[in-house]
Amino acid sequence: MKIRVFFILTFTYVMISVTAMAQEDLLNLLNKDEKPAINYISATFKTTRVVIGHSSENPPKGNLLFLITHHFGAINTGYENLFGLKQATIRLGLEYGVTDWLGLGVGLNTLKNTWDGFLKVKVLRQSTGARRMPLTMTLFGSTAIYTTKWEDPTRENYFSSRISYASQVIIARKFGERFSFQIAPTYVHINLVPTAEDHNNIFSLGGGGRLKVSKRVSINAEYYYLFPGQINSTPAYSSFSTGVDIETGGHVFQVFLTNSMGENMESIITQTSGTWFNGNIFLGFNISRIFTVVKPKEFR
Amino acid sequence: MKINLYLLSCLLLCSFTSAAQKYITKNGHIRFYSDSPLEKIEAHNRQVNSALDASNGNFVFKVLMKSFEFEKALMQEHFNENYVESDKYPDATFIGKVLNFKDINFGKDGLYNANIQGKLTMHGISKEISEKGTFEVKQRKLTGKSKFNVVLADFKISIPGTVVNNISKSIEITVDVTLEKANM
Repeated sequence: MKIRVFFILTFTYVMISVTAMAQEDLLNLLNKDEKPAINYISATFKTTRVVIGHSSENPPKGNLLFLITHHFGAINTGYENLFGLKQATIRLGLEYGVTDWLGLGVGLNTLKNTWDGFLKVKVLRQSTGARRMPLTMTLFGSTAIYTTKWEDPTRENYFSSRISYASQVIIARKFGERFSFQIAPTYVHINLVPTAEDHNNIFSLGGGGRLKVSKRVSINAEYYYLFPGQINSTPAYSSFSTGVDIETGGHVFQVFLTNSMGENMESIITQTSGTWFNGNIFLGFNISRIFTVVKPKEFR
Repeated sequence: MKINLYLLSCLLLCSFTSAAQKYITKNGHIRFYSDSPLEKIEAHNRQVNSALDASNGNFVFKVLMKSFEFEKALMQEHFNENYVESDKYPDATFIGKVLNFKDINFGKDGLYNANIQGKLTMHGISKEISEKGTFEVKQRKLTGKSKFNVVLADFKISIPGTVVNNISKSIEITVDVTLEKANM
């Protein structure tokens, strides 16, 4: 009798485990010749800017980003100037993701009627899975042309004197879900500088990060250290900006404080003419809206 | 002697089960559709893994969340980043059974109704589900179809107040998989 009970019990046990095993088997069958996929880390930063400088991100493939950047006047201009509210420096920009690794952009800045155009190439993409890459590396190159009247029309002026260039190597990493950081060695070339004391080649080292405080809000900060002794005839300081990213559906809204009046890279690096300590702070915001230009295959 | 016979039969049973006819696919299709007053959101995944064991009705699915393709890239980013948290929970699985598998003649072309029951795991949360579908046997291939709804809250996927009118609380899932006999 005892033996029979034992048999029945073991039989039931075996049957249950056979069923469970069979389901496991079936899952294993699925996993068997599954090629491990490359898992690219997405959204290291919410937009193409950390605060005012470029982030490692491009708009997604086939997407057009319309970006309005607005800086008010300096806060230390006092009540008479409503602490800067009476002035505005604006950049209107369009950026397009050609592929997953190539982005293009153009912008019009009200500061010296400057047009800028840039190219952003993602050469490394942070990933896990089949390919492990600890970092994202984006190369950035831009050209800026100011188009206001010549300051001194009496001398011989060349078009090339209006042009400056910026290049960056942006190395970024998303450390888990909430924190991302990037460093960005930056090189700016100015074709015509005011005096012989000023260098044409300007070097700066940038660092920036974001900390997500909720799924849709993050606190961002960035600093571009301007190596001393390069710009001598005009005041020029390192740029520091800090702000908040708020994401709502198709928009990302960034509100920030910065000591840079300019909005293109050339200007941020070389024309930041005041410091936080003397109150040369500008309140600003970025509003971006993204449009799908080329839909994925499934939706055409 | 008795015991030996018994063990033998158990072993035989085991080997019989694992050698049984299995059907498999790596490119099944799952469509996900959210219909809300403000926005209709649709996504497709054409890399759905699924397998079925015709001998016992066992039926499994494995879906990589990042393989869902949306019309807007930003929706896809939000889906992965904010809702299903794909980096934390890379895939969804279904482990279950076709309850009435005996009613399906896998050797004969035809359309059969199926009652499917099992455990759906998504966003790290498992839930028992029971749904109806159909199987069509045609030229040794097996096409399974089903349409059902999942309630996001059941899987602890929360919708923030600002987009509460853009995303439906209940998502319509359409499954369409064509399985072929597995080479064992």
